[in-house]
Amino acid sequence: MPHKTFFWFFFPSGLAMLLFIGLPIISSFFQSLHIEPEQILMEVEKCDPFGCKTETKVDIEATSKLQEEQPLGRFNGLGTYGDRNHLAFDQIKEAWNNSASMSDFIDIILNLPFYKALLFTLTFCFAVTPPVVVLGFIVALSINTLTKSLKGPTIFGVILPMIVTPLIGSLVLFWMIDAKGILGATIQYLFDDPNLSLKSSSQLTWITLIIYGIWHNTPFAFVVFYAALQTVPQDPIEAAIIDGASRYERVRHIVIPHLYPVATFIILICLMDNFRVLEPIIGFAAEGVAQSLSWMIYNDLRSENKMLFGSAGATSMLTIIGVAFLLTPVLIRTWREFRTER
Amino acid sequence: MKKLLIALLFSFVSTSAFAGGHSPCGVTDGSIKILANEFTTYRIFMDEVKSCAGEGADFSVTHSVDHNKLQVAALSANPAEFSAKLVTNGSITTLMNDNLIRPLDDLVAKYGSALQDNQKIVIDGKIYAIAFMANAQHLWYRESILNDLGIAVPSTYEEVIAAAEKIKASGKMANPYAGAFKSGWNVAQEFVNMYLGHGGEFFKAGSAEVSINNDKGVAALNMMKRLTEVSNPDFLTQDTNAVKEEWESGNVALMHVWNSGAASLLDDEGDQMIKADTRLANSPSVGGGSVPATTLWWDGFGIATNTSDENAEASFRALLGAATSTEMANANPNATIWLIDGYSPGDTAGPVVDAANRGAAPYPSLPYMSLLHGALSTEIVEFLQGNESAEKALADVEAAYVAKATEQGFL
Repeated sequence: MPHKTFFWFFFPSGLAMLLFIGLPIISSFFQSLHIEPEQILMEVEKCDPFGCKTETKVDIEATSKLQEEQPLGRFNGLGTYGDRNHLAFDQIKEAWNNSASMSDFIDIILNLPFYKALLFTLTFCFAVTPPVVVLGFIVALSINTLTKSLKGPTIFGVILPMIVTPLIGSLVLFWMIDAKGILGATIQYLFDDPNLSLKSSSQLTWITLIIYGIWHNTPFAFVVFYAALQTVPQDPIEAAIIDGASRYERVRHIVIPHLYPVATFIILICLMDNFRVLEPIIGFAAEGVAQSLSWMIYNDLRSENKMLFGSAGATSMLTIIGVAFLLTPVLIRTWREFRTER
Repeated sequence: MKKLLIALLFSFVSTSAFAGGHSPCGVTDGSIKILANEFTTYRIFMDEVKSCAGEGADFSVTHSVDHNKLQVAALSANPAEFSAKLVTNGSITTLMNDNLIRPLDDLVAKYGSALQDNQKIVIDGKIYAIAFMANAQHLWYRESILNDLGIAVPSTYEEVIAAAEKIKASGKMANPYAGAFKSGWNVAQEFVNMYLGHGGEFFKAGSAEVSINNDKGVAALNMMKRLTEVSNPDFLTQDTNAVKEEWESGNVALMHVWNSGAASLLDDEGDQMIKADTRLANSPSVGGGSVPATTLWWDGFGIATNTSDENAEASFRALLGAATSTEMANANPNATIWLIDGYSPGDTAGPVVDAANRGAAPYPSLPYMSLLHGALSTEIVEFLQGNESAEKALADVEAAYVAKATEQGFL
């Protein structure tokens, strides 16, 4: 394709990407460099049904004047990135100097909000993605062998977890694993432990979230694999049958190599999706034990007080950097494949 | 405070101002959009607001337990998503910080002749909200279960735990105690109660500097831990509404929830055996203190700054109509303690009056309190799960608070 044609072909989507992805990222970055203007406090008399007393209050006039002078807030440079709720440089330095052993040091680091969230996010990503790819592939292979009349309804059933809104899906499971719910009660019965609760221990909550993640993401892998399976060339398969290859050998030596690029694509999308896990944490009321980077952003913007745009912006930037790191190996691989094909 | 509350509960003499006599109800135009918490008493109140608004106005109300998390974003927009918000002494400070609710003096002068003086929330000489009910968390118990086992009604948390352990040992119930320990706002509120019960102070006097990592903080956390050990293992996911459901299913014999819970716990729905057996008791004290480990709350409404004057007036009128409706209050005497003129308190008001008499503090209305509440809501969870020491958890709370308060410009 000539460069000029390509340019005009790409221009509309490029423009949309710039407007709806590029600019918001730049704006978030700028916001992350600022913090709220200083709050000017004053003592006033407050009266309510329980009596009158002198209490502190924000001086609205003075503070809103400051706000007007600096609509973005006070410039804080990269200060927000380094504070305790993000990369926590000071705390890490202190921990390094004061901790007795390596495990002590790691304990302190993983107790910091950002690293705690990062640990969960990465665990979730890497625990969910491989089973999703494998399960999606197996389901696609099995459904591909069904007779035509059964295929439609089965496919519908299989993609159901993807159709259900993540928040609703997680709420449904949340109530099922309740100590009085069908799954929770069964598990208590099976392990003969009336105090066993999937919701109160961190490990079990993490496992629940991961299983939910697999349940929710598998249909996506299935759909892509199933579509790709329709493009597997029939000639080599027939040749392999004549040569006496078993079903396993045919899959192993013909189908899997053909689907390799598709698997890369699925891994890419799954990692990206799972890195920004949020809804199940809300649905399972798991924010006490499992916090993700997206949850940190959500919490900054929906806490019970002023929205912390600077903090949310900084976490967003760090998330973007995290996604970039995560995807680099996969992207390099794709790039190499692309080069060799040319 | 004692005198005030008694006056407020038992006065039948109207203290209302004589200015202005416009009737608030029968709004003919304007749009009324209200954001409110979700519990039965608010539903009763909103039904009255709706009937007061009449057919002429565009009326809608959004009940959500996440109202506190929605309010700042929803009212910051201009025009605001909602024209009015039901507020409490906890949530009003956040709205005041950002100038999101407007002074109501003009509207009160025009329509507020039926208001009692103690319904007016006056800050720096201006009325910013109208209160209509008072509330507090206190103990509830199942009389027959305590009687069967010969347990006296607990008056301290130490006795609550002893009672719960006795019930557990008798095999009647596996998890006899319940409190709203859901991670987030609820669990932080339990800490606030318990810390105040131990006589703690959240901030160094006159500043936004937090100081909770002390003996009282540790004692408060340890007491919460002991309570969770006699609670349902899912305690970290149970908010007030879930606790009430546990109660109505007969799984719990002792619980610490809101007085307004009577509206749903003592209504005609659900198991009438349990209802007949449900008793209210005073909020327990803790650690040898005399102050009950609970906080006093008022609930009222504020009107958004970022809404048109027309909508503000329409919303104010409809809400005021309900906030002065003696008929609603007396038709639902046990739904809560109404602050409305002419209301005769029902038989459930006792524990709240007792809490006020014994010196329970109102929930702190400080501009930075919500930041501390937010820090508590996630940082003490690990301690309750047994993964962290109390000192460590409190140090984490303080550090998380400092980072957020710095970013918001309080420190």
